[in-house]
Amino acid sequence: MLSRTAAHLYWIGRYMERAEFACRLVEATIRLSALGHQAEGDHAWRSALSVVGAERAFGEQSEPLTPFSARRFLTLGEENGASIRTCLAAARNNARAARTALTVEVWQAINRAWLIIRDRASPGGAQATLNLVEDVKAETRGFEGALGRMLRTEGSWFMHLGSSIERGDNTARLLDVKYYLLLPPGEEVGGTLDRDQWSTILQIVSARTAYRHLYQGPLQPWLVGDLLILRGEMPRSLTASAEETVTHLAAFAARSGRQGAADRLARQRLARMQDLDIETIIQRGLHEWLHAYIAENAAIDRAIADQFRFA
Amino acid sequence: MAAPTVFDELWGTSRGRKARPGLEPLAAWLAELPPAELDRRQQAAEAAFRSLGITFAVYGEEKAAERIIPFDIIPRVFTAREWADLSAGLEQRVRAINAFLGDIYGPRRILADGAIPADIVLGNSQFCVPCADARPPHGVFAHICGIDLVRTGPDEFWVLEDNARTPSGVSYMLENREAMLRLCPELFEILPVEPVDSYPEMLRETLLSVAPKRARDPVAVLLTPGHHNSAYYEHSFLADNMGIELVEGRDLEVDDGVVFMRTIDGPVRVDVIYRRIDDAYLDPLVFRPDSMLGVPGLMAAYIAGNVSLVNAPGSGIGDDKAIYSYMPEIVRYYTGEEPKLHNVETWRCREPQALKYTLDNLEKLVVKPVDGSGGYGLMVGPTASRAEIETFRSALKAEPHHYIAQPTLALSTVPTFTERGIAPRHVDFRPFVLTGAEEVKTVPGGLTRVALREGSLVVNSSQGGGTKDSFILEDGAEGIA
Repeated sequence: MLSRTAAHLYWIGRYMERAEFACRLVEATIRLSALGHQAEGDHAWRSALSVVGAERAFGEQSEPLTPFSARRFLTLGEENGASIRTCLAAARNNARAARTALTVEVWQAINRAWLIIRDRASPGGAQATLNLVEDVKAETRGFEGALGRMLRTEGSWFMHLGSSIERGDNTARLLDVKYYLLLPPGEEVGGTLDRDQWSTILQIVSARTAYRHLYQGPLQPWLVGDLLILRGEMPRSLTASAEETVTHLAAFAARSGRQGAADRLARQRLARMQDLDIETIIQRGLHEWLHAYIAENAAIDRAIADQFRFA
Repeated sequence: MAAPTVFDELWGTSRGRKARPGLEPLAAWLAELPPAELDRRQQAAEAAFRSLGITFAVYGEEKAAERIIPFDIIPRVFTAREWADLSAGLEQRVRAINAFLGDIYGPRRILADGAIPADIVLGNSQFCVPCADARPPHGVFAHICGIDLVRTGPDEFWVLEDNARTPSGVSYMLENREAMLRLCPELFEILPVEPVDSYPEMLRETLLSVAPKRARDPVAVLLTPGHHNSAYYEHSFLADNMGIELVEGRDLEVDDGVVFMRTIDGPVRVDVIYRRIDDAYLDPLVFRPDSMLGVPGLMAAYIAGNVSLVNAPGSGIGDDKAIYSYMPEIVRYYTGEEPKLHNVETWRCREPQALKYTLDNLEKLVVKPVDGSGGYGLMVGPTASRAEIETFRSALKAEPHHYIAQPTLALSTVPTFTERGIAPRHVDFRPFVLTGAEEVKTVPGGLTRVALREGSLVVNSSQGGGTKDSFILEDGAEGIA
């Protein structure tokens, strides 16, 4: 496979995952801001912006932060590199450039997702925005399904690899923002707002039912941390993402009989995580740990690019 | 309304009263299909094309950066006899083009013998100086030709243009057929239509057959300018269907006269490049130095005989409009036969008498720049505005050698789905002729382009034309059903 094609596929995986995450984030924030007063609602949107690292990009505009402006920015904002529209446009551009490596089904899912958002001028009200992200999510699910039905060869491995790296990054950011920014000053940890927020986070990663299954008790922040960081059963957890990265890299190694720096880094990370427990992470400082994870994830991303000659 | 004498591909000159022999089932099908059902199928075709992403960018239209080419579901039909005559003529013409290219980049016998004037070859902007004396592997230059034809009567076919560079449109031939099989399957029961789906395999065989002789298990790739190119869809479609890599210039590198592509497992040697970029962009060391699309060193690798380029550099002169006007002489010179396909009468404005005639009859003629393509920069006299005619008049006086003029032909029509029901629209036809190391072949089909505006004669997709499927009926078809 051409190195350039591999890079396009990898980035399709990353951007489709990022688009889907943006959908979930918008959806959950709409629900969360509906729970409280206006001040809390604005706060929820501010946190949502910081999860995708878009606070500054938003601040540069001369537009006050309102639920509407935040919804517009997160869904359609072309100045926002992580908006649903920007991600889908990037995914589609990569897909066009790697069209021959995709099945018709995969291409159509990406193309249809893009057509939903392309000509949208405004996200509309909260309900209209929910409908919009629901429509996009239907197509991103279609993409995942189509990806699962592709031949299990390099083409699909690169897309899986991209989405596993992106998913780890997204979940880590989500948790980090919760710990540092979500709770407005004066709110108590364990208070009502706090619980609503944790429950929202579980919703973003589709894990409310999973939590009840695995822990069978009331919502405890450290257990949410355990679920989203360490539980391999949970598809969006950091451990599951790290495992997936190892698995897909191993598929290449099995085919070519060669390994590289990316394989080593990914395996080392997974081995370290398998020895961890949530108490240790919280004692060392969750924020610091998450930052280290994000940095290590980026290092693996660079190692993948080197190993497969993306540049 | 089309002029009364216009030949219709379905009705002949009967004006809708009696279908041509062999086409009666199509006429019956059209008559029996309820308009609402036809409408539904037409809509379904458009939705399918958009969802597949079969789009075509139109230069100079930023808003419509990606547009689908309108597809019309009423097919255009050739009988087996018509096709037999046509394909014999096409193959004769393409043999002559290849012999001509081999000659002018080699011994130049045709010039020495004075069969055509030397300056139209050697002084031609399309003559590729760096290609002189380069022998492409197996001596083939124009491996893929798309010959544009129009029809004005039952036996009157005319060659408008010989596309010998990188003719496009063959993916539409294949996709249109797919759409027809899906939307109108019953048509294939009532008409014995020759299949076209072997084209990608034929093309792949052609590419591999012209690999340099030392390559035992040759690797072919398709070189595209990238996904911003208007024909990118076709590039990816063909690469996909042939099972070869779709590469861009930056995926290739030349090392010591050998071409490699960069893959995830390291460099892989390349033997045949089906290139869909123009000569001028192939190699910045030889042609345009600012080109980012090509590969530095590619021409050296080609001249060394280490890689086959399809079509070979320099083939463009074979479809130059000044050369075109000498095609009858060229066919006679190399084949010793009379041309089976005719040229449209052409006035070479470089000749004073022809210039005078052209200037005196501008409102009746089509004037084309000799180095233009895609329907850009031409003037259709009968529909041109006063101002347009005057612009061309001064351009012709300033640079007469730059233009040719042709009569406006009464192009044949085909019944076409329009907003106000079924109506005749003018069409042309582009079949595709493949030349490999051993043989010349024509796939039984082609691209029918249709001018969707009433009365319009401009069928180019870049100018808003549409397409139709082209049915070639199998032998013995006349009288079936």
